[in-house]
Amino acid sequence: MSSLTESRTDLAPVRTIKLRPNNRLDSWVAPVLTVIVLLSLWQIISWVSPLREDLFPGPLSVAAKLPQLLADGSLLSAIGNSLFRAVSGFAIAVIIATPIALLLAHQPLLRKGVGPLVSAMQVLPSIAWVPAAIILFGLSDATIYTVLLLGAIPSIINGLLSGIDMIPAQYKALSKVLGASKWEHVMHIELPAAMPGYVAGLRQGWAFAWRSLMAAELIAVGGSLALGVGSLLQRGRDLADLSLVMLVILTILLVGVLIELVFFAPIERKLLRDRGMSRTGESNG
Amino acid sequence: MGVLLNEVSLSYPGTGLVIDRLSTEIDDGEFVAVLGASGCGKSSLLNMIAGLLAPSSGWLEVPKDGAAFMFQDANLLPWLTASQNVDLALKLAGKPVQEREERVEELLNLVQLGHASDKKPHELSGGMRQRVALARALAQDRQVLLMDEPFAALDAITRDMLHEQLRSLWGQTGKTIIFVTHNVREAIRLSGRILVLSSHPGRILETRRITDDLRNNPTQAAALADELTTILRKEQRKHELTDRITH
Repeated sequence: MSSLTESRTDLAPVRTIKLRPNNRLDSWVAPVLTVIVLLSLWQIISWVSPLREDLFPGPLSVAAKLPQLLADGSLLSAIGNSLFRAVSGFAIAVIIATPIALLLAHQPLLRKGVGPLVSAMQVLPSIAWVPAAIILFGLSDATIYTVLLLGAIPSIINGLLSGIDMIPAQYKALSKVLGASKWEHVMHIELPAAMPGYVAGLRQGWAFAWRSLMAAELIAVGGSLALGVGSLLQRGRDLADLSLVMLVILTILLVGVLIELVFFAPIERKLLRDRGMSRTGESNG
Repeated sequence: MGVLLNEVSLSYPGTGLVIDRLSTEIDDGEFVAVLGASGCGKSSLLNMIAGLLAPSSGWLEVPKDGAAFMFQDANLLPWLTASQNVDLALKLAGKPVQEREERVEELLNLVQLGHASDKKPHELSGGMRQRVALARALAQDRQVLLMDEPFAALDAITRDMLHEQLRSLWGQTGKTIIFVTHNVREAIRLSGRILVLSSHPGRILETRRITDDLRNNPTQAAALADELTTILRKEQRKHELTDRITH
């Protein structure tokens, strides 16, 4: 017994293992706190700033604009119009980009020729397409959709391509051993295996679609075009109303982030969790 | 019909000759172990039989419907459950849904994983994943089953259990099994014949018949294991020496 007691005293001091805080709560609290701090700083600076209120409005002045825009219905109608364009345009981009990516993945020669072009398109700011689209289609929805598609399609193509590139070579061997046809290989193995890369591409494609849409709406105003959030931004500029401009900027940011958080983030999380993977910095537990 | 290899050679650009004029005949229902040091071309040989690699010269005959294959790591699809992984083999073989459901259940029960049919690969242990892979290989319903060091990464206890299961499955199904390994004891325990491959290039160095009497006699089995280990070590040294000279 005594030897047991002695050996126990030889043990290193017990380390306390801290329980990991709730990760989901953690991921929400930190950004919300950051936003509150930034808004407070902005308000304080606007109070102490020597600039006039209309030249440097604080968040309270910006928020004061909201009831007026809600009352005349312009903000909600602009958000509705922009969201419809973004979602429908994004859906069209997915339908166009997916088969192109699959074709490029299976035709190495075509990929050698077209691949660098697709990457170059991704680098080109979509706002550069707006003048050309206006000349071609005038002030119509076709202009907006052209710019949006040219912004989103390259990201989706590259996302799916990189997803396919990362598929382990063994899956191809498995496909062959199981006697899958080329079509069966694509449907049962290649596409599901490339899904994490594809969803990352879709996520990026959405961001590009939203940005491109804002750029197009900002420039292409009038004609047969319904009022979008980007056009509302232009209206703020025309009226030299910085509070309106800031409110619209915050709205653009909020809508983009909300779609990302409500739609893409859960899909990506589920996809990775189902495969026993997690994003860098996230815990599985 | 089993598998016939006639003067089969394989060379890769850059690495040169991997397999050199290898000839052997594997009978229908035979359990053959291909034993060799690392990098001797065992897996390449299996890939040629599976049709994943084409021989540079010579020819080989395999049954018309090809061969089922079990990979070194289970190579399960991580987005599918255990039963869906097995089902995929049946689906790609064009089996009707009703038949598939019954067969998947039957196969998972056969490898004693009926309780884990809804688990994803990352929720299974290494041994369980290999059993799912075995069920998937059996689902292909081909007479020839090729196994590429399937138990190499498993712990001794799990490997021991799977050895027993595999021997029993072979007895039940009468399949032709070609089992690649670098583990001498594993080869003696499982197979009816051992083909020892030389290193760089791979040729058949030795052929040993393993009878049940030898397998069940610890002294004889240990003596054979020692003898084969000595041969493999010699080959490994030769391989390392050749590597040093060429590099």
